[in-house]
Amino acid sequence: MIAIDGVGKWYGPVQVLKGCTTQVSKGEVVVVCGPSGSGKSTLIKTVNALEPFQEGAISVDGIALKDKRTDLPKLRARVGMVFQHFELFPHLSITDNLTLAQCKVLKRPREEARTRGLKLLERVGLSAHAQKFPGQLSGGQQQRVAIARALSMDPIVMLFDEPTSALDPEMVGEVLDVMVQLAREGMTMMCVTHEMGFARKVANRVIFMDRGEIVEDAQKEEFFGQPRSPRAQQFLSKILAH
Amino acid sequence: MNYNWNWGIFFEPSPEGVGTYADMLLSGLGWTLATALCSWIIAFSLGSLIGVMRTMPSPVAQAVGTSYVELFRNIPLLVQMFLWFYVLPEMVPEVIGTWLKQLPNASFYTAVICLGFFTASRVAEQVRAGIQSLPRGQRAAAIALGLNTWQTYRYVLLPIAYRVILPPMTSEFLNNLKNTSVALTIGLLELTARARSMQEFSSQVFESFTAATIIYLLISLTVVMLAGALERRVAVPGSR
Repeated sequence: MIAIDGVGKWYGPVQVLKGCTTQVSKGEVVVVCGPSGSGKSTLIKTVNALEPFQEGAISVDGIALKDKRTDLPKLRARVGMVFQHFELFPHLSITDNLTLAQCKVLKRPREEARTRGLKLLERVGLSAHAQKFPGQLSGGQQQRVAIARALSMDPIVMLFDEPTSALDPEMVGEVLDVMVQLAREGMTMMCVTHEMGFARKVANRVIFMDRGEIVEDAQKEEFFGQPRSPRAQQFLSKILAH
Repeated sequence: MNYNWNWGIFFEPSPEGVGTYADMLLSGLGWTLATALCSWIIAFSLGSLIGVMRTMPSPVAQAVGTSYVELFRNIPLLVQMFLWFYVLPEMVPEVIGTWLKQLPNASFYTAVICLGFFTASRVAEQVRAGIQSLPRGQRAAAIALGLNTWQTYRYVLLPIAYRVILPPMTSEFLNNLKNTSVALTIGLLELTARARSMQEFSSQVFESFTAATIIYLLISLTVVMLAGALERRVAVPGSR
């Protein structure tokens, strides 16, 4: 579904991604973890071309991002993305947040978009808030709406960029529950997260990054059992200690 | 001070032959409002476009936007007025120059264009500041949903940015309104010009300018009230 091949990226003279190669197959859940500044967020943002890269190639569903003929907005519409800071549109009601891209990008009729949006809102347990505005919801609720918004586009794959990092601890669970449910339904997912409980529960593979490189790319059992690299071991011992 | 107060002067016939001094001031007010509103339409649309260009990823768009802003905000408004009115007709081919000079209400059109272009540079900076004040993730979220650049600005960035900059934009609107008085130097018979000619004809300097002052103040306060109402109307529930 996603093929990342030798991706390198520089900010000026600073190299932030070095020869990153990995892939995500259909129905697979891949968790990307690593210390801050390791490039994991940057890597996930290159997948839907939110971040440009100078070296290597990425293709999604067989479509190469670097190909001049690729219609990037059209491709992005099929790749759902959830951000650390939710990024709901504050001036639009929850319903309008859910329907905007459906109407403008997929050209769905308003009623159809609304029905689809409200169905997804129900799925994340927030039907009662359809008429509210993002500023009136808690962080956890906003993030669930953001997931519903991404799903409303009927994505072929979902990208999560630290979806629970900006949340109060008591709200992390409600967001993870939605993600677990999504994973169990067979959604292809690539998640940057530090939630190792989530990784243990639903991930197929874990990628560990450090200083812009993919240091470890292993099956979940293998990763949590006996990571090969000392850096991954060190990282795990730190975050699993508490 | 030896001064003959005469508040009844407004109802005395003006030297123009028709109407009173009050009518003269009101006609001036009409030109002031017409100039202010027409130039604001230019300032708002052109300013928004230039402001948006300064926030686009394209270096060419940014360069064009920056050049525009620095050109039009760094030349005194009075000089710009003279450039448009006296210099431009001499610089274009003679036929067009003559046509420009003979245009009826030339001072009005010139004032509208000059003020519009000048204020646009200031509006552009407000729009740019508004867009840049938004979290970077807003643009990313819009793009990630598949919206193209135009849709991202139209449906996401600008509606939020305009709300943010509504208070300073009110100031820009008021500045634009009051800057119309500079157009008296190119012969536009707007409110200040009318107050001056009333003073010259009647020698009632205090009455003339008191009236002009009060009229400017009343219009401006009305604008402030309308802007306040607009601000409440577009306020987003749940935002501070």
